[in-house]
Parts: sequence; C-alpha cells; structure tokens
Amino acid sequence: MEEILEIYKSTALENVTTWFEAAKVSDFPKNGGACIKYKEKQIAVFNFERKNTWYACQNVCPHKMEMVISRGMIGDQNGIPKVACPMHKKTFSLENGENLNGDLAPIATYPVKIKNDIVYIGFSD
Amino acid sequence: MKNVVVIGNGMVGYKFCEKFVASEKFSEYKLTVFGEEPRRAYDRVHLSEYYSGKTAEDLSMSSASWYEENNIDLHVSEMITEIDREEKTVANHRGIKYSYDYLILATGSSAFVPPIPGVEKEGVFVYRTIEDLEATEAFAKKLKAAGKTEAAVLGGGLLGLEAANAVKNLGLNAHIVEFAPRLMPRQLDKGASDMLQSKIESLGLKVHLSKQTQFIQGDKTIEGLQYVDDTELKVDMLVVSAGIRPRDEVARECGLEVGTRGGILVNNQMQTTDPNIYAIGECALLNNMIYGLVAPGYDMAEIVVDQILGGEKEMPSYIDMSTQLKLIGTEVASFGDALNDAKEEIDEITYVNKRNGVYKKINVTKDGKKLLGGILVGDSSDYNALFQIYNTAMKLPEEPEDLILGNRGGDGGSLLGDVMDLPDDAQICSCESVTKGQICGVIQNGEAKDLADVVSCTKAGTGCGGCKPMVKDLTDATLKSLGIEVKDNICEHFDYNRQELYHIIQVKGYTTFDEILDKNGNGGHGCELCKPLIASLMATIHADTANKEYTIQDSNDRFLANIQRNGTYSVVPRIAGGELTAQQLIDLGEIGKRYDLYTKITGGQRIDFFGATLNQLPKIWKDLIDKGFESGHAYGKSLRTVKSCVGSTWCRYGMDESVSFAIELENRYRGMRSPHKIKGGVSGCIRECAEARGKDFGVIAVEGGWNLYVGGNGGATPRHAELLAEQIDNETVIKYIDRFLMFYMRTAKPLQRTAAWLDRLEGGIEHLKEVVINDKLGIAKDLDQEMKTLVNKFECEWKQAIEDPEMMKRFSHFVNSDDDDDNLVFVPLREQKMPQHWK
Repeated sequence: MEEILEIYKSTALENVTTWFEAAKVSDFPKNGGACIKYKEKQIAVFNFERKNTWYACQNVCPHKMEMVISRGMIGDQNGIPKVACPMHKKTFSLENGENLNGDLAPIATYPVKIKNDIVYIGFSD
Repeated sequence: MKNVVVIGNGMVGYKFCEKFVASEKFSEYKLTVFGEEPRRAYDRVHLSEYYSGKTAEDLSMSSASWYEENNIDLHVSEMITEIDREEKTVANHRGIKYSYDYLILATGSSAFVPPIPGVEKEGVFVYRTIEDLEATEAFAKKLKAAGKTEAAVLGGGLLGLEAANAVKNLGLNAHIVEFAPRLMPRQLDKGASDMLQSKIESLGLKVHLSKQTQFIQGDKTIEGLQYVDDTELKVDMLVVSAGIRPRDEVARECGLEVGTRGGILVNNQMQTTDPNIYAIGECALLNNMIYGLVAPGYDMAEIVVDQILGGEKEMPSYIDMSTQLKLIGTEVASFGDALNDAKEEIDEITYVNKRNGVYKKINVTKDGKKLLGGILVGDSSDYNALFQIYNTAMKLPEEPEDLILGNRGGDGGSLLGDVMDLPDDAQICSCESVTKGQICGVIQNGEAKDLADVVSCTKAGTGCGGCKPMVKDLTDATLKSLGIEVKDNICEHFDYNRQELYHIIQVKGYTTFDEILDKNGNGGHGCELCKPLIASLMATIHADTANKEYTIQDSNDRFLANIQRNGTYSVVPRIAGGELTAQQLIDLGEIGKRYDLYTKITGGQRIDFFGATLNQLPKIWKDLIDKGFESGHAYGKSLRTVKSCVGSTWCRYGMDESVSFAIELENRYRGMRSPHKIKGGVSGCIRECAEARGKDFGVIAVEGGWNLYVGGNGGATPRHAELLAEQIDNETVIKYIDRFLMFYMRTAKPLQRTAAWLDRLEGGIEHLKEVVINDKLGIAKDLDQEMKTLVNKFECEWKQAIEDPEMMKRFSHFVNSDDDDDNLVFVPLREQKMPQHWK
C-alpha cells in the first residue's frame, strides 16, 4: 500500500513548473478543506480564512493510507497551521508536513496561489 | 573521546542510553548500541497490546530519529558474538570489530523452555519478542480457519498471564497451565490467587493448577498436553511462558564470571568481574538474584551512567520488587514482603469480598506499628498510598485494618491524609525513581507550570502509570501552595474550561466560532479540541443542527455519517425504540441493495449500512427520507437510541408498555447535542431485557410505576446506572430525565459520559437527587425551559442538507471532479463486502 505515498513529493515554490487551476475560491469551505484531483494525485486544499492563507498537501494519511486528510479539521498549534486526520486525529503541520503528535512520515505539501478568485496548486510535474 | 558500547537494545538498554544522553558530560563520549532484534527498543511490558491493535511503532520506546538526533550509533539486527577483553573490542556475527572503553551488557533474557519431550513440535511458541508474536498470530489464524480454537499457556506467572491475555486477544480459548498450586506464585498467596482465578475464569479463560506436563502429544503438530497425573488437556497450540533465562553467552565465553544457574555476576556498582564491563537488567546476577522487573533494571542503568561519569552511586542492598499492574483486565498489586518470606511473627489482615471480586491483604508487625507488605487483587486503587506508607515506614493508624477497609469514622479522609505530608524523599514513581521532592521541586523552581510539564521534566508516570493520580495530586497541591490556580483549560486557544465557556456563550449569545475565538480566545485558528467542543455547546444552547457551521464540527458531524476504516461512511436511520414495520424493513432492504451496502443490525436495535462513499451519502439519504426515515444521529455526540423490550404489549410478564415509552423518549431527545453520546433503555419488567441499567438513562416498569436509573454505560469501564427515583409515572420520568440531562450538559467535562460525570459529581447520586427532585440549586425551572427549547426546535439535519444545494457541496470527494475516490478496494465477505485489510 505504501507505494501510494511514492507519487507525493513536497514541492517548493521555486520548483513549481505547473500552476494547476484547481477550482474557484468559493468551492472551498471557509476555515476548512476540500479535495482536488490532479492527474492521478489527490490533493487536500485548505482555506485558512481567518488569516487569508491557503495550504495544500497530499490527501492520503501516511498512518493507514486512506484518502481522507481533506476532510480533517484545521487549526493551529503554537502558531503552526495544522490539519487533524479524521481517522485517528493524527495532526500534521501544513508548513512542512511534519507529524506533530507522533512519528509518522511527513506528508507532502504543495504551494497554493490565488488569482482572480481561482485557486491554483503548484506542481513540478 | 571515549567509546561506550552497549550490547542489547531492550527496555533497559534503551534506558541506559536515555540517562546517558541526559547527563552533562555525554558529549565527551561516543555511544554505540547493538540490538539483535530488527527494530528499536520497544515496550515489552505491554506486549500483549500488540494483538489489541497497537503496532510495533506504537510500542516503540523512542522515535525513529531519536538515536540519530542524539548522535548514538544504533545497529539493529546485529548480534555481538565475541568480546575480546585484552584488546577491548567486540565483534559482530560478521566478524567486524568495534573497540570500547566501557562495555555495557544489556543482553536481557530469553524465554525459558523446560525440557519437556515434544516442545519442538509445530504449534509450540514462546512469548518474548514481536517476532514471536507474529509467528503465534500467523499460526492462530491457520487454526481458526481450520475451526480449531484451544490454546494453552504453560506458566501461570506474571508473564504467563500476559501471554494468556494475548492468546485470548487472538480469539482463541486460553488455558493457563501452572505447576504450582496457585497463580503468580512469587507474588500472590492462595487467597489472592483464588480471587484472581475466579476473575479471569469469569472472562472465559480456564485455569489448570498443580499440573506438571510430562510430554507434548501429537505427531508433528501439538495435539495436547499429557500431565504426570495421567490426565490430559487437548489443545491445538501452546505458548511457553515458564520463566526467563539470562542471556549470558557472550559474557560466559569471554571468561566473565557467571552464576551456576546463569546470569552475569555483578557487584553493587553493576560491575562484572572485568572492571570495564558492566551488566544491567535481566542478564545481571546481583545479590544472587535475577531481577525480572523493569524498575530495578532502570535503576541499574542509572547506576552505570553514574559510575562511568565517576560517580559513587550504588544499587541498594535490598531491592524493592513491589509491582502494580493490570492482568487480563484485573488489577493486581503486591508490595514489600507480601508472602512473609522473612518468616517473622506478624499479623495478617485480610479482606475478601467475593461479590465484587476484591481481595486485600496486609502484613503488619505484631505491635501494629509498621506495614511490612501486602497484596491487592481486583482493586488496587490504594496501592500508591499503601506503598508510600510501607516504603517510608510511616506510623499506622490506630486500627491498622483501616488501611484496607477505609476509615469508617466517616470523615472521608484519604489513607495518606495529605499527599504533601509525605517526606521529600518518598519515592512516588518507582519505574523512574522520582521522589516527591523532585516533583515539587520542578514546580517550585519554575521549570514546570502544569502536570504535562512535570511529567516531561521528571518522567514521573511514564512507566507503568500507576503513580499518575498521586503525581497529579502533588502537582495540584504544589501549584496551589504557590498561589497558582489549577485550571482545566480546554486547549491552548482558550483559558477556560467547558463549563466556563458554556456560561460565556449563554450570556454573550455568541453564534459563531470566530466571534468566540476573537473575543474570548487567544487568537490563532482554533484546533480539533476547541472547535467541536464549541460546536456542541452552541448546539445545546441555541438548539442548532450540525449544518450551522460545519467546518467546526467533528468529522462525523461534518458529513452527518460515521467515517469507517477505509474512509467510506455508515448510514443509520432512526428506528425509534427498535420498532419498524415489515414495509419499512423492505424499504430499507431495497435501499441497501440499490447502493450495494454492507448491512448489519446494531447493538441499539437499528440497521446500519456500511460502505457508502461521500458522493453516495446524499442520494442514499434522499431515498431514505422519501420513505419517511430521518437521521439516526449515530454519528453525533448526541442521543443514539432508546432500546426497549417488547413490554406488556406482547410479553406475558410485562408490567407496562416499554416500547411506546421508549419511542416517546427517543423522539423527545433525538438530535440533541451533548458532551458525549447518550443511550437510553426501557424495560417492561425487572427481568430487564432492554439492559436499561447499562444506559445513561434507564427506565424499568415496576408495580406502581417506573423506576428511573441514571449514569450507566457499557464501554471500557462498564457501570450500572444508579436509582434516581422509584415508582414514578410517565410524566415524572420525563421531567426528571429532562433535568438530569440538562444538568449534565451544562456541567460535564468535554467528552465525559454521564457515568464518569456522576462518579466525579460531588455528593454523587444523593446530590443529583437533591438537584433533580428537590431543586436544591433552584435551577429546575431553567433546566426545564432549556430542554423544552431543544425538544421543540428539533429538525432532521439530513433533510436540511439535501434540500439546500449549498450544503450539498460538502458531499463530493473532489471539488473539481465528479469522480469517486479510486483508492477504495472492497473484498467479498459472506455474500456481502468489506474494505480490504490495512497493510
């Protein structure tokens, strides 16, 4: 099952080659997340409306390999924006993907940009 | 830089590293660790939890990166086969050499397999490592597939009972076979063993005492045990847990002195006969004893760290073997000289309560002044207090029996009196050797501000956890003595507890999460603790459904369904009181078939559909609602079901119409959000077929009305509900349940069920009666009114959702595609389907 993780690699802003037009801003809940499809990838996208910031990461939780992170609850811990997986409440930093309450592998994160009310996710493939 | 090499990466070997890393001079040393198992040190004490869902990673003592972060060179799957003391090197199984200045042997022990003919047969296992567990599990699976179920554990000691629990967790019938006439012969006397035996037998395990096995029956594979008394036990599997043997092979071969029955000889500094080599844990023979418990092993690790750094610490000449643990769900503890090994003239005081399954014994000196030791079975809550009294040789009360019977004078004081009265050197956490002075010290010097800080500074409570209540009491008392208020804030975003927030929202009339966070919180975004809590409070106060602000709802409430193992959902329509017509049953069947859902009857007398994808949820619910069904709120912290027996409607013993009343109650409280889930039950007579006393509220028909019970639950800590009122009519039942639930919703802690709430309610059920029946607090009118609002404002949230296109957007897996999750894999199961297994 772990091979699912192989296709998700954190992408830094400077390495973005494709800005994928994901959906309209209004398609995403405020202070919550939703999932988008890009090629064979499932990407969770989160709208932190309170600070008007956006984050994106892999939708698959590295704990049990289910495609659920986008349905998790968002929040912050000591100022770090995070998401809690709805399965077992494993929490991950949305800045660097680190598992904040355990030893799981970090999740892959992707840059997000908003232009004319459209949400774009940055990929290097 | 000096080289320190550790052979063995078990619990004690790891503890050595941890203590060494924490020392100031660690940077002057290079630490290299060898472990022959393929993984990092793990918690062997809780090994049986591997079968109840914990992974090897969960059991691990450290994170994967810990060794690297601390500059420790860890070699797993590497066995040291040779020590050259002249050259001061060790060599691994491939002949590669490493030199050392200090060598620590933490090789531990292996399972002792008695030389019984036939132990080599297939189906005979030992219980020691995760690999052993994996092999046992694989074999157990094959057995079950072949319809075989009987498994024996050889050895009724501490480890044997753990192994039996593991075997039981594998779904096999466990038989414990012990040579001695009692269980845990090294810790328990006959009375305690009898009590433990009846407790574990009530859980379906079988105990066979005074049984010596002559040989193992079967050709290639085990078929049974033949005892010397000519009887036999037919089993399909055997787990040997008959004791341990120290791993002293390498020590022996390099000429270190070992005991006649094994074990590397050490002095009080844990030094072997070679001053540069130390031995710690279960491989070390100290005072001519092998100490098979973790606590002394950890002490040994600490002594060696101190020795290497030039300190003068030594192991004490008497090592305490007191222990408190939970075996097969039963609390067991023994401390001090529990079996009067010293053979002195003593007084034994024993309390036996077969009804509750509790056995307590203490040994006191003839003059009644000193506690020498004792045993607790079934209830070890007094262990910490008794241990402190024993360990610090405190003066005993006038009547020493008060120690186990409680002070019957009625002043309600605890055994110890005030925890702050303990001397500073009283050892509170024996696993980590933490004293009261250390715990209070880190708070007084400002290092620790709360319980979590105390635990991380001192490590108190991180071993067996038995001392946690006392650590908490000490922390609270010390904080209080410093004038610091002890608060149970819900999380970092709010400096309030649940009850305070309830009050704030009610008074200020807040209706959105952002408003509360901005005006009364600490900024940030909130988190998975405060968001669902505030969602629940607002639902209670404003009678909102979960659709109101769905991103602050717990995941299940957000999607109005229970998320299952593979990320699909289950669907449970309300079937109030468990009553449904044949036509409704057909309708449900057709809907289940239409969406190819796995179907099962729940414990609450309803029908559960599994395997619905997020995209399917609204379609399924539309079909259900079209047929007249509504949400069953199985996903919420809210009323689940009111279970009923058939009552006087049909039953020849029924005293009243339990089904009608159950339906009325279920419809009254449906949808109402609460601190935790709530279940109800109504039985038509005292035969109690609805199991109402296992519910948060239970009603039982008796001569002259209904008896109302509250505060029961099943779950991990089953508790019977307590009688609130007797022989009352329907209207009064409803009035009292209204008030009870509302009072609970106002005052409970987050995620606290009514049982735990009632347990901690000051004054208990008597106080509750005063509030609910006699309106002692003068709040009954408010409670009645608040409940009335909730009842009147009920709305089916699924109906709300499917009728609003904006709300419906929530139920698609992708926002940029109509596709479903292509990661889902189902496998067939008994003519239905189930998700593919994890990993």
